[in-house]
Amino acid sequence: MTVTSPDREAPSAPDAAETALLRRLYRTMVTVRRLDLDGVAMQRQGIVPGYAPMRGQEAAQVGSAAALDLERDFAFPTYRELGVAVTMGIDPVAYLASHQGAWHGGMWDASAARLAPINAVVGGAVTHAVGWALGAKLDRSGGVAVAYFGDGASSQGDIHEAMNTAGVSQLPVVFFCQNNGWAISVPSERQVAGGSVAARAAGYGMPGVRIDGNDVLEVHRATTAALERARTGGGPTVIEAMTYRSGPHSTSDDPGRYRTLDEEQAWLTRDPLTLCEQRLRETGAVGDDFFVEVSDTANALTDRVRADVAALGSRPGAEMFDFVFADPPAALLGQKRAWEESRHG
Amino acid sequence: MAETTTIQRALNRALDDSLAADERTLVFGEDVGKLGGVFRVTDGLNAKYGDERVFDTTLAESGIMGMAVGLAMAGWRPVPEIQFDGFSYPAIDQIVNQVARMHYRSRGAFGMPITLRLPSFGGIRAPEHHGESMEALFAHVPGLKVVAPSNPADAYTLLRQSIEDPDPVIFMEPKSRYWHKVTVEDAEWDERLPVGASRIVRAGRHVTLVAWGAMVSRCLQAAELGGEDGVEIEVLDLRWLKPIDVAGLTASVARTRRAVVVHEAPLTAGLGAEVSTLITENFFGELRAPVQRVAGWDVPYPSPVLEDEYLPSIDRILEAVQKTLEYKRG
Repeated sequence: MTVTSPDREAPSAPDAAETALLRRLYRTMVTVRRLDLDGVAMQRQGIVPGYAPMRGQEAAQVGSAAALDLERDFAFPTYRELGVAVTMGIDPVAYLASHQGAWHGGMWDASAARLAPINAVVGGAVTHAVGWALGAKLDRSGGVAVAYFGDGASSQGDIHEAMNTAGVSQLPVVFFCQNNGWAISVPSERQVAGGSVAARAAGYGMPGVRIDGNDVLEVHRATTAALERARTGGGPTVIEAMTYRSGPHSTSDDPGRYRTLDEEQAWLTRDPLTLCEQRLRETGAVGDDFFVEVSDTANALTDRVRADVAALGSRPGAEMFDFVFADPPAALLGQKRAWEESRHG
Repeated sequence: MAETTTIQRALNRALDDSLAADERTLVFGEDVGKLGGVFRVTDGLNAKYGDERVFDTTLAESGIMGMAVGLAMAGWRPVPEIQFDGFSYPAIDQIVNQVARMHYRSRGAFGMPITLRLPSFGGIRAPEHHGESMEALFAHVPGLKVVAPSNPADAYTLLRQSIEDPDPVIFMEPKSRYWHKVTVEDAEWDERLPVGASRIVRAGRHVTLVAWGAMVSRCLQAAELGGEDGVEIEVLDLRWLKPIDVAGLTASVARTRRAVVVHEAPLTAGLGAEVSTLITENFFGELRAPVQRVAGWDVPYPSPVLEDEYLPSIDRILEAVQKTLEYKRG
């Protein structure tokens, strides 16, 4: 296992290619930050009934998702993966449609976008990633499955079953844990025995790396390396990205009941966007005009997304029935007719 | 031509033919590879199709069903086995929250053509968790189809149909009937009824016995005895437990105007209640007696020495038949 301390020395200055990557990642992180803040605002203003903020986790999500090969790979989210979705090119409106109430899984074409629907059973989709990876291995496609989960989910039995099977069969999976410190109100030290999800990888015969999840370049590098290893037959990897859920678990949560303001403010000094901006400014190649333009663009997108989310409205009730089966039994079609008649009386 | 075979051999043949017919079909589970499964239903398939098509999994039922979901999302047609009925409880989260819902959650982006083979029901003098009847639980879950064959020809055609079906199917195999020898005519192997269809396995005009799985043969025995006393008992093999063949049920009861449902699962909130309601909703006025239920007791499936006290016996079935015959409207 490789452990990288979040307090390590500053890395060497990025080269031109890295600067270009950093600009791209920064742009996406700013976009995600604005959209995420507006998700909370929309809930407060009654536009959406609930939202699960990911503020503070932008580097972990954007840095990892940006490393995916969208022709071959496939990602499995939980319910706090706005940053992953936006990085993978999914319309934020289609993602936020879940929170607006249109459809639990979201409204994007999950097959085409290569991001599974939002899944609220934490850890449940990690076994799907293992199955998908087995399929990719049998197809010899070179595709890799990336399973997103948190420190809370790491307590689930499914995580063990998934990692063990992936280890036994050397499947192309990246287990990407965002250790954001809190599973709702329970801190990770009350959740993760031994203190490290990455350290568990050794027991499954796979590499485990703990990285600074707020350093977007480091996240991108570690994910790229794990993807490459999996793609070339090297098997699975556990990445534990150490980060912090700066906001509440959801818009109905109250972190004041279980953690201190001091703790939250301490993490703000390691805000992933601030760190990234510092790195970009240190290159000397990126000036104020870039930051202004990125900010304006993100704000314009957020305005558009807000308007489109607000306009989503309801869904045709027939959809309740239409997606249950590919080949629905007559009894269900009968219930659909009864529902239609009950509406038109 | 005809041949003598068993449900166990017929299932093996159905898996063999399914693997041959579609190279995206995968068979996997605990000990299904070299061993051929603890009931030998997958015997020889690993040798014939190789480790990529027929393979052992880790001993992890939830992981097996989660793997099936991921494989289906990647375009494969998974046929997982969970070794015994009671061991599907550890996989219930994946079956209910994931297998049954991924098509729905993804708005149809992902088909879930998964067939879970589940050796089911009691009657083999086995340890705890090896004799469960879980059909009501599965039938209650939106997104699942549930089927239970009672004989070799149906075991073959129903398993082929289940595997070809675009939706998840819980395939409940009556393990107490795995090795019962039956003569099957050649034509029967190709005799497919529509998905959801029941079958009258014995005609009669006085009362309809409704059963599935191993209880079908017990009902046939009861009908034989009833016939000796001049009571003509019809036996309807429900086959599909979701969707239930309402038309087939009502057609039979329209003739007999009396019905008894027989199942191994505990009485309360069992599938017998559903069958009874479907009959009553459609035929209340014409029924000559309330629909009777003969079921397991509301107790955990008992140890081997008490198994026969638990399972519906021929006597209990005939007593219920007698009740419908003697019933007088007040």
